[in-house]
Amino acid sequence: MKYMLRVLFSLVLFATTAVLAQTDVVESDSTTVVTEQTPAPVSMFEAKDKDNDHGHAFVLNWELSADDGAGLDNVLTYEVFRWTPNISDSIGIIDTLLNVAIVDNGPLNQTTATDAEQRIDSLMTAFLGPLANASAQEKGARLHELRAAYVERLAEVHSAYPANGYWRKIKVVPFGTTSCEDVGGKEPENSGYIPDFTDYYYRVDAVTADTLVRAESKIAGPVQSSGQWFNTGRVPVLCFVIIFTILTLYFVQAAKKGTDLYVRPLGGIEAVDDAIGRATEMGKPILYVLGLGSAADVATIASFTILGRVAKKVAEYQTELIVPTYDPIVMSVAQEVVKSAYYDAGRPDSYNEDTVFFVTQSQFAYVAAVNGIMLRDLPATNIYMGKFYAESLILAETGALAGSIQISGTDEIAQIPFFIVACDYTLIGEELYAASAYLGREPVLLGSLKAQDYAKAAIIILAIIGLIAGNLDWTGFTGLFEVTN
Amino acid sequence: MKRSSYIVLGVVSAIFVLSWVMKSMSLSEVDDSIMQGFLLTVSAFLTLSIFSFLYKDNPFYKFAEHLFVGVSAAFWMCQGFWSTLVGNLIPRVSESLSGFFMVPYQPGSFNFHYWIPVILGLLLLMRLAPKGGWLSRWPLAFIVGTTAGLNFIKYLRSDFIDQVSSTFVPLLGDETNKWTGVGDFFSNLSLSADSQFVALLANWVIFVGVFSGLVYFFFSKEHKGVFGVGSRVGIWILMITFGASFGYTVMGRISLLVGRLTFLFRDWLGLIS
Repeated sequence: MKYMLRVLFSLVLFATTAVLAQTDVVESDSTTVVTEQTPAPVSMFEAKDKDNDHGHAFVLNWELSADDGAGLDNVLTYEVFRWTPNISDSIGIIDTLLNVAIVDNGPLNQTTATDAEQRIDSLMTAFLGPLANASAQEKGARLHELRAAYVERLAEVHSAYPANGYWRKIKVVPFGTTSCEDVGGKEPENSGYIPDFTDYYYRVDAVTADTLVRAESKIAGPVQSSGQWFNTGRVPVLCFVIIFTILTLYFVQAAKKGTDLYVRPLGGIEAVDDAIGRATEMGKPILYVLGLGSAADVATIASFTILGRVAKKVAEYQTELIVPTYDPIVMSVAQEVVKSAYYDAGRPDSYNEDTVFFVTQSQFAYVAAVNGIMLRDLPATNIYMGKFYAESLILAETGALAGSIQISGTDEIAQIPFFIVACDYTLIGEELYAASAYLGREPVLLGSLKAQDYAKAAIIILAIIGLIAGNLDWTGFTGLFEVTN
Repeated sequence: MKRSSYIVLGVVSAIFVLSWVMKSMSLSEVDDSIMQGFLLTVSAFLTLSIFSFLYKDNPFYKFAEHLFVGVSAAFWMCQGFWSTLVGNLIPRVSESLSGFFMVPYQPGSFNFHYWIPVILGLLLLMRLAPKGGWLSRWPLAFIVGTTAGLNFIKYLRSDFIDQVSSTFVPLLGDETNKWTGVGDFFSNLSLSADSQFVALLANWVIFVGVFSGLVYFFFSKEHKGVFGVGSRVGIWILMITFGASFGYTVMGRISLLVGRLTFLFRDWLGLIS
């Protein structure tokens, strides 16, 4: 009996120990493995066409998951998915493969991470197999045909949702984010092309530290993108365009009727005539540099007017003019301007086609050439008017070294200091535009200059009202100046 | 050429060859060391030729200048031809030309608007024809007019509306630096970046700077009296800004000089590691 009790006790002890040991293991496991709990999904999820754009874009809005910053507080990111038909994926792979083939001219077995290897192999066999011996041009043309067919079928395959497609992750945004945009390419050739008037579907997942633990939102869609003819976010710009146009037209008309529109004298421009006279007396040429701007830059356009004035004086005084240009279009316009000036001066026979010539479109090569002209031809006057960049100081310093009188003008704020230190006269920023009106005395230019002055007066008045409004929190007034998109 | 010119040319040529040989020997572990040595020596020679302009105009500078201008002009012409005409236009307009230039033809992508720049470009070339020169003014008018119109909208927004709204600054402090009286202002006077004094000073500088700057650029009235005072304050503020900008940019240029000197002393002469 005693023996039986001892065995029974031993068994109980063993069993208890085993159970306790088992419990310890469980407890130990529970302390080392952290399991995330599924968070609440986002709410009020909606996808809509982006307003005030050219189309091909969507805006996605949602309200935060209840476990983002509150509740379980375990949402780390939001992953945005777009339903994508398989055909799009296939095109992407072929595109990648073919580009690798064309660029590297190497074997076509380089894979991408977009799909399973088997799938890529089958696509390669189906698409590239028949083109194994084709040239890069033929492969490119074939891909283009395939893309065209794909674009034609896009609306059809998107309408087959949810068949034959999958959810593609397009964006990951951090916790606390409640919106994002999906902006696609405009052209069918773009890999991220989003066609207008085609059904799209979106989903947002609230994701925890363990990316497998996530909560899917409800599906938003179908939604279609489209472009708008009128951008309501730019109404303030339209208003100011109308006001400024009315002001300009009014002053142009006033100038045409003979009203005296006063423009204060500008030191740099007053010096131009003296500098031309000096060059004539010395029998040396005048160098006119139009800068690196294109023919469409405002500073270059203003410079053309000043060039016309200088060329007219030069034609009257029979002085030599040198105009090296950086841009071929600028050269063409400058040639026309100088030619017209010679005609206006009554000396068309004195016009030389080589007065205005093209140098190069490389910035520092152009500078090297102009520097060479300065030191070899030793012009009496150097005039720099237009858009200048890093070359401004090199040009102005060389001109000073050559002993020339120098007059400059640019609207490039960063380059004005260099001209100020190295030139005799400098037109600062808007003075360059004013100079063209001052010299030309044409009603259109004078009218626009007057309109600019009134616009500046308007800025002062509006800024004072805005300051008062800002200090008194009148957001209605300051909101008038908010331009979006 | 004078005899001294021949001597200088001979010395420079000898130094060039010596440099080529020594660089090639020092790069013996590299593939194609002779060519690498030649290219490094040419780079150093051209760099020094351009630097020689600091002394005065000379034949070496002229050589480097003409080489630079010629190569860059040719490069940009080729770049324009191959990227714009061959790269973008031909694949969309002609299969046979695509084959000739070995670029993938893009059937189905033909659009009439690709012909507009072609026609404008041809019109631009008409200036070479004695009787058709006037036709070249049309594309010029198109380019200048179109971009001037586009820039009008762009600058109206960036230089007018955005500037005006940026001037709406709180002169008596914002939420973080609220004005609570003269006593508090002076008792908490500090030059730290987030202090009320610095925040207010910045806002006042914007306010005064914008207004006086606008007065300076007002062309319809003579700068006399109160207007003249405002204008003088404006030009002072502009000059202080330009001074700061000058110093900042000069530092950038110094780094460019350091780059060239590093090339000469490390890559060419090997004097620094």
